[in-house]
Amino acid sequence: MRPSIVKAKPADVEKDASMIKQKEMMANHFNRLTDATESGAKVASTFVPGNLNELIMCFDLVNNLPEVNAIQSGLRKQSGAYIMEAERSGHSEDVCTYVKSDIGMMLKGNIGPNGKKLPDPDVLLLSYTGCFTFLKWFELLREQYKCPTIFLQTPYMADGKVTPSMVQYMVKQLKENVIPTLEQVSGVKFDIDRLREYLRKSAKAEDDLVYILQTGKNKPSPIDAYFGGIYYIGPIFGAFRGTDDAIDYYRFLREEVDQRMLKGLGPVTPDGPMAEEKYRLVVEGPPNYTNFRQFWKMFYEEGATVVASSYTKVGGTYDYGFRHDPDRPLETLAEYCLGVYTNRSLPMRIDMLCDYINEYEADGLLINSIKSCNSFSAGQLLIMREVEKRTGKPAAFIETDLVDPRYFSAANVKNRLESYFQMIEQKRNGKGAAA
Amino acid sequence: MKTFVGIDLGSTTTKAVLMDEDEKILGRGITNSRSNYDTACRVAQQEAAVDARFTLFRREFGAEDGSKEEVEEFLGGLERAFRLEQFLEQLDDLRETCLTQIHGERFEKNAEGVKLALAEVFKRLSAEAPAMYAPGATRKSDFFRDIAGSRYLALAEEVARAADLPYDLLLNVYDKSIIAVENRPPKGALSDKFHRALKRVTEAGAGLSGSMLKPVEHALDIELEETYLVGTGYGRVTLPFSKEHIRSEILCHGLGAHMMYPDTRTVLDIGGQDTKGIQIDENGIVENFQMNDRCAAGCGRYLGYIADEMNMGLHELGPMAMKSKKPARINSTCTVFAGAELRDRLALGEAREDILAGLHRSIILRAMSIISRSGGVSDQFTFTGGVAKNEAAVRELKKLVFENYGEVKINIDPESIYTGALGGAEFARRAAQGRLEGVDA
Repeated sequence: MRPSIVKAKPADVEKDASMIKQKEMMANHFNRLTDATESGAKVASTFVPGNLNELIMCFDLVNNLPEVNAIQSGLRKQSGAYIMEAERSGHSEDVCTYVKSDIGMMLKGNIGPNGKKLPDPDVLLLSYTGCFTFLKWFELLREQYKCPTIFLQTPYMADGKVTPSMVQYMVKQLKENVIPTLEQVSGVKFDIDRLREYLRKSAKAEDDLVYILQTGKNKPSPIDAYFGGIYYIGPIFGAFRGTDDAIDYYRFLREEVDQRMLKGLGPVTPDGPMAEEKYRLVVEGPPNYTNFRQFWKMFYEEGATVVASSYTKVGGTYDYGFRHDPDRPLETLAEYCLGVYTNRSLPMRIDMLCDYINEYEADGLLINSIKSCNSFSAGQLLIMREVEKRTGKPAAFIETDLVDPRYFSAANVKNRLESYFQMIEQKRNGKGAAA
Repeated sequence: MKTFVGIDLGSTTTKAVLMDEDEKILGRGITNSRSNYDTACRVAQQEAAVDARFTLFRREFGAEDGSKEEVEEFLGGLERAFRLEQFLEQLDDLRETCLTQIHGERFEKNAEGVKLALAEVFKRLSAEAPAMYAPGATRKSDFFRDIAGSRYLALAEEVARAADLPYDLLLNVYDKSIIAVENRPPKGALSDKFHRALKRVTEAGAGLSGSMLKPVEHALDIELEETYLVGTGYGRVTLPFSKEHIRSEILCHGLGAHMMYPDTRTVLDIGGQDTKGIQIDENGIVENFQMNDRCAAGCGRYLGYIADEMNMGLHELGPMAMKSKKPARINSTCTVFAGAELRDRLALGEAREDILAGLHRSIILRAMSIISRSGGVSDQFTFTGGVAKNEAAVRELKKLVFENYGEVKINIDPESIYTGALGGAEFARRAAQGRLEGVDA
């Protein structure tokens, strides 16, 4: 999610202007975080799915996202050592590697990407949205930091719909627990009009994000909605939703994507614009971050563009119509949490992936299953079968990991990807074709 | 004539199939993959070309199905004579290479003695070679290294002792030379070897009548043009072919199985280090696949390791496991752990056949899991790869397929090791056809 961290020499990597803008935003944010102790700013740690950034900003709290820190450690090739450190302190090999990378980083001094120490959080805000590991993660952090922990429970969308009672249940928690605790921790009184203002800004950026992600419907797609998508979701999934920075960033990005679309160009890759779009894919599951560029290269070298992905919806399913609504400030926060991809039932996820394949006219579905993810790897084979059955398009399954470099086997992944691309080709050409 | 080549570069062996324009298999060739993929491919291809000649001979005799006894007798003799010629040619290469290794400090005192000893060793090797290729003679292996190696070592020891030379000097030159010889394909032209072989057969007079010579000469004159080649296999990243000549082994195995059994819908391939579960449609097009990832437990090498642990030959495992009446339950799926479990059980006095039967079952259990992930077993089910030759593995597979999927027709071709290469050859044929018709291959 953090483009600033992708290590590459400026000479051999092409960067969009929006990427440079994002880099500045991220650098500023990390400086705010690492200066927090000195500046006296209070820090809230929270997670991407169910991230209540607008609310956090109402209390002048700085948003710290441990998942994003783990991703950064992965991209910067530091997660391997952090994971080993966490394992040394007793965390098993099977534990989520985001958690272990975060714990290991903490044990090794909690140094952020700007080389300075990240502050201890003043509050842990857990909006539980489907990933049960989050609960355990924050239990560990609470043990370490001994700070107040807020648990906002989001009912799981088992029946595929949001009911009024679900929303009321969450609003009640916001009113009775979340807001009072945040007031207490920060010493700032809650102002609902301030929240409305942030929400208004969020919606504006969200409009542009959806526009950008849906340009994947074009042929060729001007964006890669998975590898490129990671960059595009960065600000809105992180600490910038509800800010002017986010509005500017998405406007900027939208103009760039429009330009590429007008010229009929494909996505920008680390090796420059993609020459030819041979395969259009929908991808389910997060990417691998320890070998991010190598992994991406296996796609763009073969002319494969990801036109839509579920991972870019873990921080909000805006393309299904949701926008933060300033007129219903607490209800909208509840509905946001309820709607994120991780809180959606298996049938809902299947529907979504089928919709993507049809609407984006994709050649098939690729699942990147995460070795250490116990919450979301279960059920992926069923998802694959069902999507294949409903769309008639071929699907494939690969396995890597989020940030554990030991679980990225390049030869195996490449072998399967190439087989999959040839399989698509063969299916397209039908009987007697050379494939 | 136009021919299409498919090469499957496996982790253990490299296979080649030569196909004609009518989708008929002309020849098959196999060799050990060694450290040099390029040579392995060339040798396998050459072996397929040799086999193809025999197909052409049979066609000339109108006896492609191998039903004419006198033709088979004659061709059997010709093949033995050809293999002998091939062996002698490589032996000569080995001798010359060994001579170039006699230099440096350690040979200072004995250079002449070593040269004389080498001459004697190779003289004896050449002299005993015809007996190795006599009718009814059995060879432990068809690979030069295996045949020449064991005899060289035995003869060198005898000669060194008689000449009062240090044996390790003869060992040293051999060790340095064999890899070089193995890593280059035999240099002589195939047709020369065929002609020398024919001469041998003619001189021996066995099974040859004048009427047979002409068709053979005619078949030898047919030029086998390599129209298109497709390579696949484990070392695909480093295959010695350009990108447009490479196809995924998944697709090749799927298509190969379809060509052998057109009603196949599920394919299981267990090779040296890969286990693949593949689902194909009625045209042999791959619908889904799963492979082992990161860990090769339960693949062919597992059996190789077990064979080493038990000090047995790989081909002896299956027959011994078949004798079991009470298969052991082996809990370890990891090859190394299974080795430890094997030693424990042997120490406890469990019967070897029962332990082996358990190990075969554990391989197939892993394969069943991969098949399930790819979508299960659909009728018909084709089992391919080196492990498909193992009767104990086949027995366990049949049992487990029946228990889990009911009555399913299971196909196992004796030549199933060539499935990937066969698919490759068909891809080559289609690509060449597409090129002719202006279709993008």
